[in-house]
Amino acid sequence: MYRYDQYDQAMVDTRVAEFRDQTRRRLEGKLTEDQFKPLRLQNGLYLQLHAYMLRVAVPYGTLNSAQMHVLANIADKYDRGYGHFTTRQNIQYNWIKLEDAPDILADLAAVEMHAIQTSGNCIRNISSDQFAGAAGDELIDPRPYAELLRQWSSFHPEFLTLPRKFKICVIASETDRAAMKLHDIGIRIVKNAAGEIGAAFYVGGGMGRTPMIAPLIRDFVPLDQLITYSEACLRVYNRYGRRDNKYKARIKILVHELGKEEYTRQVEEEFAHLLTQGIEPPIAELERIKAHFTDPAFDQGASDDLDLSDPAFALWVARNTVAHKQPGYVIANISLKPVGGIPGDASAAQIHLMADLAKEYSFDELRVTHAQNIVLPHVKKADLHTLWQKLDAAGLGAANLDTVEDIIACPGLDYCSLANARSIPVAQKISQRFAANGKTGELGELKLKISGCINACGHHHAGHIGILGVDKKGLENYQLLLGGCEGDDTSLGKITGPGFTEDGIVDAVEKATEVYLAERAEGERFLDTYRRIGMEKFKEAIYA
Amino acid sequence: MKILTGNDLKSGAVVWWTGYDWSIHVEDAVDVGDQADAILQREEGARRVNASYAIDAEPDGERGVRPAHIKDRIRALGPTVRPDLTLKPADPNAGNWVI
Repeated sequence: MYRYDQYDQAMVDTRVAEFRDQTRRRLEGKLTEDQFKPLRLQNGLYLQLHAYMLRVAVPYGTLNSAQMHVLANIADKYDRGYGHFTTRQNIQYNWIKLEDAPDILADLAAVEMHAIQTSGNCIRNISSDQFAGAAGDELIDPRPYAELLRQWSSFHPEFLTLPRKFKICVIASETDRAAMKLHDIGIRIVKNAAGEIGAAFYVGGGMGRTPMIAPLIRDFVPLDQLITYSEACLRVYNRYGRRDNKYKARIKILVHELGKEEYTRQVEEEFAHLLTQGIEPPIAELERIKAHFTDPAFDQGASDDLDLSDPAFALWVARNTVAHKQPGYVIANISLKPVGGIPGDASAAQIHLMADLAKEYSFDELRVTHAQNIVLPHVKKADLHTLWQKLDAAGLGAANLDTVEDIIACPGLDYCSLANARSIPVAQKISQRFAANGKTGELGELKLKISGCINACGHHHAGHIGILGVDKKGLENYQLLLGGCEGDDTSLGKITGPGFTEDGIVDAVEKATEVYLAERAEGERFLDTYRRIGMEKFKEAIYA
Repeated sequence: MKILTGNDLKSGAVVWWTGYDWSIHVEDAVDVGDQADAILQREEGARRVNASYAIDAEPDGERGVRPAHIKDRIRALGPTVRPDLTLKPADPNAGNWVI
C-alpha cells in the first residue's frame, strides 16, 4: 500500500501544527466559534449531539496494521473505548475533547493518517472497491489512481471552497461494489475495443435529499488524462454550481438542470483547454505510486483445500468470504454487525485484534467497506479456520455478509445533530427479529439500509429495503422504501406509503420479506422479485 | 419553561444553564423566562459554552426538568443504544424518560 514521501509527511505535519495553534487560540478566546468552526471542520472535527466528533480519513478504505492499532489507541486514550466505521470507508469517534484534538492528529500523522477533507465543501476522501488488488474480476488495481486523485485533490487551491462537498469513487472491476454511480464523480476503469485501458466517467450522482444516478458523460478517457478530465468536471461545477441554496448546490443538481449533454459539452470544452496547459502529473509520479501497490508475496503453491466439516465455519466461509484472484487465497470479510449490535462499531480491543490478524494472516493489510465492515484482503485458505476461530472468540465472527442482518445504519439521533430519528435501535431490532425467526439464510442477499434523516448517510435510497427516519410532529417515524440498489444495475428505492413507528417498521420489513418468499421465482433475490412483480403486492401485505 | 443548553467549549460535553453556571445534569436547569438571548450572548462571549440555544421544557417531578424534544432528551442522558455511556448507567428506567 501507499507510503508517504517527504512531501506528504510535511503537508500533514504542518497541518497538525497549524491546527494546534488554532485550537490554542480558540481556547484562549482569540478566535470566535464563527472563526474557528471552518478551521476545525477542515480537520474533521465536528460538534455533534454529545461532544466533538472526529472523522478520520481512510484513503480508499485501505490501511495497515500499525494504522489500525493507532485507531484503537485513539479509541482507548481519547474516546470511550470504541470507534465507528462509516459508510464512507472512514472511522469516527464520538466523544472527543477539543483540547485533545491536536494530539490525536499528531498520533495519526505519525502513522501517515489525517482527518483532512473529511468535512466541508471540498473533495472528500476518495472511495474505492474494498476488494481492490484482490478481486478476480478486476481489470487493474484502481488504488494507484485513487491515490493519484487523493494527491491531486489534497489542498487543491481551486477546489477548497466548492459550492458543496464532492465525492469521487474509482473502481476497476466488472462488479460495482462501491456504489460508484451514486457519487459526484464515479470513475470505472475500462478497456476499449482497441484493448487500451482508460476511464469511464459518470458525473452527477448522489444520495441525500435529491437522489440521482450519475449519467455516463464519457465512456473512455485515456488514463494519462485522468486528472485533466477530473479537473475539467470540477471546474465546470465550481464555476456554475449553485451557491445560493445549499440544497441545490451539489453537482447532481447542476448536471440535472443543465442537462447531461450541455454539462458534457462544457466539460469537453474545458478539457480541451486544459490539455493545452499540461496539468497532468508526470508519468514518473504515477509509476512511483504504482510501485506501492504491487501484489504481496503470495505463496504460489498455496493449497485450495478447505476443511468445511465444522458447520459454523462452513457457514461463515459461505457468507463472508469471496474468491481471490490468487489460487489458495480468499478475501475474508469481518462483519461488524453482530445480532443486536451497533452497525459499524468496534471496541478498541476488537480493532487491535483485527490489526493483529491482518499482520499475521493478510500481509499487513485491511480495508474498511462502505457497508461498515472490515476486510482482510489476502488470507491463505490454510489459515482461514484459525482466523475465524480468533474472530469468533472476539465477537467478530458473525456470518451474515449481505444478508438482512448486515444492515447499514447511520449514527442517527443517538449521536448525530442533523438526525430526525434514531437508526441504530431499528437496525438492532431488525437483526434480532430475523436472527430469531431463522429466515436470514433463506432470504439470501438482502441489502437493508437505514438513515436517520434525509441526508442519507445510511444510503437508504440504495437499499433493496431502505428505511428513512423522519420527525413527525416531534415523534420518530420511519418510511419504508423498496427496490434500491447500489450495484451495476443501480436504482433508487421507492417509498411504500405512510410511515411507521419504531416497532411498526420492523413488522413492515418482515412482511415485505414474507411477500418475497411467497412470490420469488427460482434463483431470484429480494430485489429481483420486487423488480418483477412491482410494489403493489408488497403494499397490500405491509398495510393490511 | 425555557431552559438553555450548549456544549462545554473544552470538552464538548452537553451542559445546561443553572442560573449562575453550567451543569452536565439537566435536572439543574432553570427557567430563564425571557432572558435567554442575553444570557447566551454573555456566556458565549465568556468562552464557557459553545453552540448554545434555548429550548422548551417542562417540570418533571423528581427528575426536575424534561426537554420537550427527544433530541434534547437524548442529549441530556446520552445515546439510547449505549446505556453504559449515559449519565445514569445504573438506572434501568432512564431510557424510558427519553422515549
